[in-house]
Amino acid sequence: MKRILLLLIMLCQMAMAQETVTIGSKTFAESRILGEMMAQMLEAHTELKVVRRLGLGGTMVCFESVKSGQLDIYPEYTGTGYVTILKIKKKSNDPLQTYLRVKRSYEKRFDLTWLSPFGFNNTYVLAVRQEVAKRYSLSSISDLKNIDGKIKPGVSHEFLNRPDGFPGLRDAYGFHFPNVTGMEHGLAYQAIASGKIDLIDAFSTDGELLRYKLHPLRDDRQFFPPYYACPVVRQELLRAHPEVRTALERLGFVINDQTMQRLNYSVQEEKVPIPEAVSRFLQNNDLIEKTQIAEDDEERQDGFFAMMWQRRLKTLSLTRRHIYLAMASLFLAIGFGVPVGILITRYDSLAQPVLTISGIIQTIPSIALLAFMIPVPGLGLGVKSAICALFLYALLPIIRNTYTGIQEVDAQLLEAARGMGLTDRQLLTIVELPLATRTIMAGIRTSAVINVGVATLAAFIGAGGLGDPIVTGLQLNDTDLILAGAIPAALLAIVVDQLLGLIERILAPKGME
Amino acid sequence: MERLRNGCRFRLGPRETLASKGLPITVRRRLDPVIQLDQVTKVFTSSSHSGVKAVDEVSFTVGETETLCIIGTSGSGKTTCMKMINRLLEPTSGDIQVGGESISSLDPILLRRRIGYVIQKGGLLPHLTVAKNIGLLCKLEGWTSNRIQERVSQLLELVNMPAKDYAHRYPSELSGGQQQRVGVARALALDPNYILMDEPFGALDPITREGLHEEFLRLKQEVGKTIVMVTHDLQEAFKLGDRIALMDCGKLVQIGTESDFHQNPANQFVKNFVKNHESNDQAKVQRAVIPGACPDQDEPLQVDEPLAKAARVFLQQDVSEWPVVDEEGRRIGKVTKESVLRHLC
Repeated sequence: MKRILLLLIMLCQMAMAQETVTIGSKTFAESRILGEMMAQMLEAHTELKVVRRLGLGGTMVCFESVKSGQLDIYPEYTGTGYVTILKIKKKSNDPLQTYLRVKRSYEKRFDLTWLSPFGFNNTYVLAVRQEVAKRYSLSSISDLKNIDGKIKPGVSHEFLNRPDGFPGLRDAYGFHFPNVTGMEHGLAYQAIASGKIDLIDAFSTDGELLRYKLHPLRDDRQFFPPYYACPVVRQELLRAHPEVRTALERLGFVINDQTMQRLNYSVQEEKVPIPEAVSRFLQNNDLIEKTQIAEDDEERQDGFFAMMWQRRLKTLSLTRRHIYLAMASLFLAIGFGVPVGILITRYDSLAQPVLTISGIIQTIPSIALLAFMIPVPGLGLGVKSAICALFLYALLPIIRNTYTGIQEVDAQLLEAARGMGLTDRQLLTIVELPLATRTIMAGIRTSAVINVGVATLAAFIGAGGLGDPIVTGLQLNDTDLILAGAIPAALLAIVVDQLLGLIERILAPKGME
Repeated sequence: MERLRNGCRFRLGPRETLASKGLPITVRRRLDPVIQLDQVTKVFTSSSHSGVKAVDEVSFTVGETETLCIIGTSGSGKTTCMKMINRLLEPTSGDIQVGGESISSLDPILLRRRIGYVIQKGGLLPHLTVAKNIGLLCKLEGWTSNRIQERVSQLLELVNMPAKDYAHRYPSELSGGQQQRVGVARALALDPNYILMDEPFGALDPITREGLHEEFLRLKQEVGKTIVMVTHDLQEAFKLGDRIALMDCGKLVQIGTESDFHQNPANQFVKNFVKNHESNDQAKVQRAVIPGACPDQDEPLQVDEPLAKAARVFLQQDVSEWPVVDEEGRRIGKVTKESVLRHLC
């Protein structure tokens, strides 16, 4: 009977799991656009309910999520799969070879597959102003050899020094350009537009290439590794729902470099909301039926304060989520950290190991710690992982201060109390904890402020909070949006700190000047 | 074995040995043994004192309502010896009895609640008021708050600190002497028959200490407890103790009354110890004299009187200076509160 029930529950869960498909993306605009595009395709051509987890923090978070089944699909670049995930040392410049290699390895090792590329290759390019291209009739990088030294290149510092950057390029194409200068990538576009330099390195789908009307030169010797974007999909999903493959394959090779530039440009520079830009694109290409575009509630207004006012409800709900993330993890950390802190004052040999371990946890970069949580059973993508990571971060100050606070209680005083006939428990509750309150509260306060800060990163694993507008704003080049998250987050940190300060004064024992 | 028999002379003072044979010699009154140490040895095994016998086969008996002062230099084992009585430390070998019961068979918590405990500076909990400090054990014993309040007032009265002025204060708002008195009051809260005092007057200035000595003697008469007090000050021991136990390097060297120590010192060590302390503590008024102007109060101090007497003058009377005369009775100058304090310390 029990077994049947269990089977039923499992079947129900499977049925429920099969009804939805979760699509992720990385934080930058292009990845979000591709994620949204796949989502709209599946909504239009399958019965599945689509869950969007767009804007997750980086390759590792996305990969861990799709590997552990938290995500079903996300867009990835062949070169990234080749170098970052599979860690293949051998250089591969052939797009097809690279694609086949990652596809086969993913299928064999992770039960994931790569569907057809969207068509564009987001790799390094060299670009010149159109009038320069015309003057010297430049169409590919090979053409640069003829005008060696005549035009002035300015490339990013990283590109200037990487062996697979400018130095490799010199060897591969046989030019020198002794007059090359290094500069900040963000400034390079304006420098080339104003004519201070004539040649820059860029990513082939940068919207700025369009904005500044630059002419990319073809990499005719295939020097740069290929970064073709493709949907990475769980094979389990494809087996259960072959219609997913059919729908996504329709996106194969529909976007070339220029199309992607244009999409990026409209989102980043023209501030068109991503769903709208994507939907317009899909309709124009007859990939979905022409309909009225779903109205977007985010009608943009001029001015920062107008925007803040318009976002007030959204900010409120993000703040609520932020507080929930920071405080739930804080309370867990208090519930665990204070008893552990007490325990290690009783078993002194445990103290060093415990403090060392919690110290090491604190040195793990926040994003990495968040990424580690995703594959843990029961955590996955979202709130639970975020709370768990924040909990781990909050431990050290609480454990350490509980330990020190109790250790610092005057030994004479303790002996006097023990000599009076207090039991161990009474010593703890009547003497040690009250006298350590200030120190313990200081630790809790530190942890709370850390948590409010780190919780902004929870947006990277789709847990929401005030990090959402910050991360989106960073990727969309939208300062106002960044501030819409950063200002409430900073205010929240101050309020939490003051509030805990107040609680500290209330709880702190009297008579201890 | 030879060593042990030699040691016996000091461990069991002549009084006990002879008294038990019905031949009292120096005994002032016959006492019931209520705290009894029998061949008690304590060896610390922790790395710092590894293997050293902190207390080495010590035996003595403290009778009912008797005050025994254990004295010795630091490291002599006197404090270790005392802490074994309320099981803050466990003896390595030997037996301790309190009220006829071997304490190793008693629950340490119950034992400690039957024995008052006073340490240097009082050991008051800084985050509790005077009343809560004194009433703490009563509360843990489940007394009603009315009864606790009553007891606290009564005890504060006993140590000359009216409850209405002091009950609500925190220890940090009291002087050192007041803290010490509250410490004593707290030790008396559950009306124990026994009190252990660990250098209770050690951290106080000489004038305050002098005052508390007087109060202690009065209190002792009033409450009638069996007291074991550890001190490093021989004058204090002579003044407060009915008997004195002198320890050195973990061994009990001599136990007896003040006159035993003066008239029958057990060996050269005792003789030297007493002599050193006399010269230290018998500072004369001479030292603190400020020659010149002489106040005109009666009963001037004489230059060869002990300085402690000068201290008592300032303790008993609210004056800031006092006249001094030389051996022939000529007024030669004065002592001030400050000059006395400076030379007593």
